[in-house]
Amino acid sequence: MDSTWDILQLELPSAIWETLIMIGISLAASLVFGLLIGLILYLSSSPLFFPRRTLNAVMGVLVNVIRSVPFVILLVLLIPLTKLIVNTTIGPVAASVPLAFASVAFFARLVEGAFSEVDKGVLEAAIATGAGLGLILRKVLFVEAMPGLIRATTVTVISLIGYSAMAGLVGGGGIGDLAIQYGYYRYETGVMIATVLLLIVIVQGAQFVGDWCARVFTRK
Amino acid sequence: MVIVLDKVNVIFKQKGRKMHAVKEASITVGKGEIFGIVGPSGAGKSTLVRVINLLQPPASGQVMVGGQDITRFKGAALRNVRLKIGMIFQHFNLISGATVYNNIAFALKANNYPKEKIRARVLELLKQVNLSDKAQVYPANLSGGQKQRVAIARALANDPEILLCDEATSALDLENTEEIIRILRRINRDNPITIVFITHEMDVARKLFDRIAVMAEGEIVEVGDTYQIFTEPQHPLTQSLVSRVLNIEVPEHLELKGQEEMLKITYTGERAYEPLISKVSKEFDVLVDILHGKIEYIQGKPLGILLIKLSGEAAEIARARDYISGQVFKIERISAAKEGGELNG
Ligand SMILES: Nc1ncnc2c1ncn2[C@@H]1O[C@H](COP(=O)(O)OP(=O)(O)OP(=O)(O)O)[C@@H](O)[C@H]1O
Ligand SMILES: [Mg+2]
Repeated sequence: MDSTWDILQLELPSAIWETLIMIGISLAASLVFGLLIGLILYLSSSPLFFPRRTLNAVMGVLVNVIRSVPFVILLVLLIPLTKLIVNTTIGPVAASVPLAFASVAFFARLVEGAFSEVDKGVLEAAIATGAGLGLILRKVLFVEAMPGLIRATTVTVISLIGYSAMAGLVGGGGIGDLAIQYGYYRYETGVMIATVLLLIVIVQGAQFVGDWCARVFTRK
Repeated sequence: MVIVLDKVNVIFKQKGRKMHAVKEASITVGKGEIFGIVGPSGAGKSTLVRVINLLQPPASGQVMVGGQDITRFKGAALRNVRLKIGMIFQHFNLISGATVYNNIAFALKANNYPKEKIRARVLELLKQVNLSDKAQVYPANLSGGQKQRVAIARALANDPEILLCDEATSALDLENTEEIIRILRRINRDNPITIVFITHEMDVARKLFDRIAVMAEGEIVEVGDTYQIFTEPQHPLTQSLVSRVLNIEVPEHLELKGQEEMLKITYTGERAYEPLISKVSKEFDVLVDILHGKIEYIQGKPLGILLIKLSGEAAEIARARDYISGQVFKIERISAAKEGGELNG
């Protein structure tokens, strides 16, 4: 029990920090690029906006390719790119590159889904007022899709917590990696249980906060 | 603004199948007119009105609004035209995540309305539709009638010259329907805004419309003055639509004996029927029974329907009938309904 506590005291703070870095970077990338790609996927498929078959198909395939490659393989495949971007292949920042790729693609699809759920009639009514695209996107599409976007973010954060454990394989560190390193390789069951419990609490917390935000933005 | 649709066609292509939703439709709606489009579900009514603000671009034909051919308009030019065309819908289509205030302000922002004036304008619009106390409420907390009034306020925000209404009262109960009709009539009276209104409710049609177009299977089969459409429907579809308003119930279990005849009389204008009936029973050797009578108002003009039974000698009945037909708008012989059900004229 002593050793469990020692290990946790020694390793946990940095593990939490590493997890935060990985999730923070990937989530930020998702909220920027995933949102953008999801928006383009939606706009290019919706008859109300700019149906562009080819653009939609090309982007769709690209997103699907990233999503269909198993994450561990993506990790390895992206090593050269990671080296190019962050000039290193180990550590949480380096691990964030493949993590961000996966989560951008994942989030983009969820975003597209959230936008498609928006009532066409409401969008049409907005178009009929003579409003420009920017105004319609900001004041109608995003407003109406907000609960869906928040739920998509929640789901993404939670899967990032899972994926970030695998990122430990390329030296990313993090809470998940701690569980694997000590619990799986060194038979420190106590550490494993503690970290897994911590992960459960974090996931539950993320879900709770996400649900709460989504509810606040749902006015139906 | 005058609206002219000239030989408009709309064709939907779906998985290789072609659907000719609007066929060679031509209508002219005068400035300040309340123009109705009626017809069965799937007739193409919604598609046709959506052509007017180019939510649905036509496959061929011309769309003229206020003397301008807008058929090929795109981008900013199209948006400018749309600012002058308000639209309301059956399901209101309000932004659910925005307050009543912001829903209306949206239309003003679409028009680059001066920021500092938006507030006053929104409040003024809310007052017009009698919702001043609901500015900060979300649409989910409003009744259907209230939602439609918000939609009307939004549609009127930029002082449009045209208002398109697609089944605007169809999701509302009688009371709210009346209220919306009242508001639209007032708007139309106060500033001569051109209204195009789709409905399948003939009751709304007779109260609101100046003229009516009847649509079936993508074609406009009849256009006419509302009173004329109701009193002299030409197309079979129009006749059946109108008959629902002007139907009259034949009393149950009514059996006509040999020497009896049932007549349905339609009379127009203010003329009352009592003098006619008393005259008939005085001058002819027949007994007149009034079975049922009612007056409907079409655009405020009365249209009377009377169901009477004549008994007497066949020859005398025929003479009486001839006399009556010279005095009234329309006369029909009616046989007793088998189950005493409804009879349409
Ligand atoms: N976007 C679309 N794509 C394919 N077909 C369509 C589309 N919109 C309408 N249609 C078809 O066109 C026809 C006319 O539809 P429309 O909605 O104009 O009818 P409507 O007269 O308004 O009927 P309702 O009274 O039910 O509203 C229908 O057969 C409909 O299925
Ligand atoms: Mg319709």
